[in-house]
Amino acid sequence: MIKTQDLRKIFKIGKKQKETLVAVDGLNLEISEGEVFGFLGPNGAGKTTTVRMLTSLIRPSSGSAEIYGLKVGVDDTEIRRNVGILTESPGLYERLSAEQNLRIFAELYDIPDPEKAINKYLSMLDLWDRRMDAAGTYSKGMRQKLAVARAMLHEPKVLFLDEPTTGLDPEAAKTVRDFIDELKHQGRTIFMCTHNLDEAERHCDRVGIFKQRLLALDKPSALREQLFGRKVVFHLANTTPEMCAAVQALPDVKALEQIENKLLVSLDEPEKMNPVITRILVDKGADILFIGEIKQSLERVYLEMIRSEESSQTKKINQSVERNRA
Amino acid sequence: MKNIRTIIKKEWAEVFKRRVVVLIMLLVPLLFTLIPLVMLGVMSNTGVGGDVSPEMLAQSGSMPGDMETVCVGLSGNDCMQVMMVIQFLLMFMMMPLLLPITIAAYSIVGEKTTRSLEPLLATPITTLELLVGKCLAAVIPAVGATWASFALFNIGLILVKVSPGVRAYILGPTWLLGILVLGPILAIIAVNFALYVSSRVSDPRMAEQVSGVLIFPFMGVILAQLAGVITINIKFMLLSIVVCALIAVGMFYLGTIIFDRENILTKWK
Ligand SMILES: Nc1ncnc2c1ncn2[C@@H]1O[C@H](COP(=O)(O)OP(=O)(O)O)[C@@H](O)[C@H]1O
Ligand SMILES: [Mg+2]
Repeated sequence: MIKTQDLRKIFKIGKKQKETLVAVDGLNLEISEGEVFGFLGPNGAGKTTTVRMLTSLIRPSSGSAEIYGLKVGVDDTEIRRNVGILTESPGLYERLSAEQNLRIFAELYDIPDPEKAINKYLSMLDLWDRRMDAAGTYSKGMRQKLAVARAMLHEPKVLFLDEPTTGLDPEAAKTVRDFIDELKHQGRTIFMCTHNLDEAERHCDRVGIFKQRLLALDKPSALREQLFGRKVVFHLANTTPEMCAAVQALPDVKALEQIENKLLVSLDEPEKMNPVITRILVDKGADILFIGEIKQSLERVYLEMIRSEESSQTKKINQSVERNRA
Repeated sequence: MKNIRTIIKKEWAEVFKRRVVVLIMLLVPLLFTLIPLVMLGVMSNTGVGGDVSPEMLAQSGSMPGDMETVCVGLSGNDCMQVMMVIQFLLMFMMMPLLLPITIAAYSIVGEKTTRSLEPLLATPITTLELLVGKCLAAVIPAVGATWASFALFNIGLILVKVSPGVRAYILGPTWLLGILVLGPILAIIAVNFALYVSSRVSDPRMAEQVSGVLIFPFMGVILAQLAGVITINIKFMLLSIVVCALIAVGMFYLGTIIFDRENILTKWK
């Protein structure tokens, strides 16, 4: 269970460390046990900074966070012992073999049966045959898999994955994604940073759209509906203006758009309205070819949110510029 | 303790896979041992100093500082050799200063460029354990190499038939203190200095070269000794040990500040 309250990180930057950069601006989050949480945001949003705070690698500037009741800034060693982290770059010892790499971490995490854990994850992640080779000779995908194995050795109940598939070829990405599914089935709590929306949608119970602040937080499907509502397409053989007028007259129809012989109808509850609309259309003499729901991709939801956040920021800046002028 | 051992093991496994490091660790001690042996061998077998007494040497003005006190009871030739030996032994003392720099530079900069410090820092290891592990990983081989060379040097002295008086001087309290006590202290200073430099640069060779400025104060001592400003005797050695120990403690303390988790992740570029 992960809980943050008003978590904030301000970096001092510039030559004399006098300027400040707000990387995370008051994050409130509650993630329950066994949940897979997607932390979605563009580059520079503050995702890695958040993960580093939650894994006790850097100190929050203010606010608090706890993981399984362990407080960040107080129980740091305990937190590190109990969480696993896949860092943004794999950070392997390139001159050492996969096995040696893992053994170091098995020792540092004080694992009771290191050989067993090492062998288990080497074979689970398809690295067994190359376990004696130096990590420096590995492909990008293999490196990432080795880094995943390293994060799992001590069987953490909470796992932080910082962009687990970024930069991987499709095959390696698939192995990693399948592995994440497996971890999910084992009931582990997973906090996953990503800007890959398909990935978030595939794995995550909830996603937070984040850029310094949390812009939205919900199930992927709910977020989509919240922003775009639901849309049903009625593909007809022929259309007449009367058909459109009759559908539009229904109180539950929020909007109607016609593209050639397709009627795009925005509805809150398609399950309730589709039969009604179908009947009306048939009454008006329509031949219905298809009916289907149009799913806006999470990508659009995300881009929409980031865009509106950016424009509101620009507005704020413009306002303050104008205020300064005045 | 276990974590420190793990770090040391890891450092050695990594850093000694680099050919540069192995070469330096082998060549430097070998050169520092062989060159003086050859020179002393030539001197003692050709009798360069002849039968000049130390008093005469002193009067001729060719003896720096209070060398007479060091040469008490030695023949003229032996005294000449001792004067020379002091230069070589000072060079010997450079080994614990130079060797750890190489190891530390490659280990820290290497870790920086592969970004392997972050996963390491995410483990339950304390930063102090990590720092001590890294320090020891550089100090132990450097001091080991120095001691081994010193042993080899002393065996070699018998083989090239250097006189017992000179050998006794070398194995006397002054240089035993130097090699056994001051050596490790110098190594600690060097590794902490290299750590500081390595945290700021991104090329191990650069870190090595910049850390190399450490030999300048050392050169100062050699020159001062040659000019007769200082005499290397047991008093000087004890004083050096105290001063260097204080510096080492200070540098180590500075190391713990530089080697802070957040610092490493956010300031080391
Ligand atoms: N050590 C640091 N010092 C100064 N600024 C930093 C530091 N680390 C990150 N930042 C800044 O904080 C912001 C968030 O970075 P990060 O958390 O890495 O974003 P993300 O992982 O979402 O791409 C960026 O603007 C980045 O430049
Ligand atoms: Mg990031």
